[in-house]
Amino acid sequence: MSKKKAVIRSDMTRAQWTWKEMKRNKVAYFMVAPYMLIFTLFTIVPVLLSVVISFTDFNLLEIPNFVFFDNYIRLFLDDDIFVIACKNTLIFAIIVGPASYMMSLMVAWFINELPPKIRAIVTLIFYAPSISGQVYLIWGTLFSGDSYGWVNGILLDLGLITEEIQFFQDADWVMPLCIVVAIWTSLGTSFLSFIAGLQGIDRSMYEAGAVDGVRNRWQELWYITLPSMRPQLMFGAIMSITSAFGFGGVVTALCGFPSVDYAAHTIMHHLDDYGGQRFEVGYSSAIAVVLFAIMIGANMLVKKVLSKVGQ
Amino acid sequence: MAKKLRTRKHKVVLNRSAGGDAGITLMLTLLGAFMFLPMLYVVLQSLKPLDELWMFPPRFFVRNPTLKNYRDLFTLMNTSWVPFSRYIFNTVFTSVVGTFGNLLLSSMAAYAMAKIKFPGGKTMFKTVRTSLMFHSTVTAITSFIIMSALHLIDTYWAIIIPAWATSLGLYLMKQFMETNVSDAVLESARLDGATEFKTFWVIAMPMVKPAWLTLIIYSFQDLWNKGSSIYIHSEQLKSFNYAIGQIMAGGIKRAGASAASTVIMMLVPIMVFVISQSNIIETMGSSGMKD
Repeated sequence: MSKKKAVIRSDMTRAQWTWKEMKRNKVAYFMVAPYMLIFTLFTIVPVLLSVVISFTDFNLLEIPNFVFFDNYIRLFLDDDIFVIACKNTLIFAIIVGPASYMMSLMVAWFINELPPKIRAIVTLIFYAPSISGQVYLIWGTLFSGDSYGWVNGILLDLGLITEEIQFFQDADWVMPLCIVVAIWTSLGTSFLSFIAGLQGIDRSMYEAGAVDGVRNRWQELWYITLPSMRPQLMFGAIMSITSAFGFGGVVTALCGFPSVDYAAHTIMHHLDDYGGQRFEVGYSSAIAVVLFAIMIGANMLVKKVLSKVGQ
Repeated sequence: MAKKLRTRKHKVVLNRSAGGDAGITLMLTLLGAFMFLPMLYVVLQSLKPLDELWMFPPRFFVRNPTLKNYRDLFTLMNTSWVPFSRYIFNTVFTSVVGTFGNLLLSSMAAYAMAKIKFPGGKTMFKTVRTSLMFHSTVTAITSFIIMSALHLIDTYWAIIIPAWATSLGLYLMKQFMETNVSDAVLESARLDGATEFKTFWVIAMPMVKPAWLTLIIYSFQDLWNKGSSIYIHSEQLKSFNYAIGQIMAGGIKRAGASAASTVIMMLVPIMVFVISQSNIIETMGSSGMKD
């Protein structure tokens, strides 16, 4: 059965060996080909194409010219709204990302020792908002700007306010409310991953910890639980960051586009504004590239932080 | 010197203070209320008659529940310009074809990446894993350019084909196969003369049932919740979710019907999750990232 064994032989160069291995595993390439073809076309190429187009003045109609860094220079020096969008995106991401991450982790940890049936019900309650499509529009009803909106109605009835608050049309309210709604819809994949990670921890580790002098559940969490589920923490972090940076849709649905005084205008909106509405594809690609860079930076930062857990 | 351990039925009882238990229960109740009450409110709104929807002060609970909003919704559906059944067909068709294509392509690729060592396999997987970081809306415009170059704009395929190769689907499937399919079993099948395709389909796939159920559910939820898309212009090809959005945009008179439509839209993903929860959690057990 020497056919099945891969041996590194000294009479071949590395390239020859690789070629031989490729031929021997032909079937693997057939198996990944359909997936990789589509993945390349609709995930890799769009990212690379964004980078290329960001150096041009492409507008979907005319032949693009190469403009070097003009788009980036305009973006950072001449576009006041982009600065607002950056600020808002960072505020969103810095609040919503960690908040949803911590909440997922806390709730998963709280329910870990509950009986399985109750745990399943609680899981559903926390997970449901993130899978129910446009159900977040109910926040628009709850915080509606007329006296039939539940919150305004209650406040008016109690005499705490004399006039309805235009929650989604008031620059002071738009950001906090959108953050709350975003957190509400954000207990998704990372939450399920944490539940599974906690369930997978060997109970004997806790017993050994108790023998070794772990005094309470907080020490147990920090010294045993979190280090044992570091892979899940990593996966959850990536999922949380991705959704925290990409949820402009909630804002548009609740506050309209653009939001009042650009109070909740994110990079995502800016991208859509230039790419989808004004067809300044070159410029919008530069925005996309900046967003990619921020996302990668955030992920690298999180990796660093997570490597400190349990130490 | 470790203190004496409390034991019950020969098992070590872990250190759990009553104060901690109470605090956790309180926190869980508060957070649970924050999550659950808006969902409950949607359901209650959909059962309220018109005078209760527009009363002052507004009441959280419904006094005289009625199904009239649901009947109104179906009446509204019948007055739409394109027959409503067409929207439902569009969503069901794209969801089903997209989901099964994704299942087949992703699990086949995941099997090769997890269980066959071949040059480039690791790099491919790392690329897919990195792409988990990118939200697809960021590349919407460039995807549009590619779609139009391939003449996919304004066809079902603009929705279906990208759904066949999702990063999360492949990622979860590959991780699960790595931990749950033993190499020894595969090796003995190969020794018996089974082709690699047969080993994948007959031996490996039945062993990863939780993973493909999870993949089906994720893919289905994603496609089911698709609203209006920049790739689709024809009214005849638009989704159920888009049509529901049009009803919701109808304003005050339709507040009841729009609540009813939200309930119908959310019912499907929730039911699917309830049925398959234990499988999803099992799959997530191997979702972790090692480096």
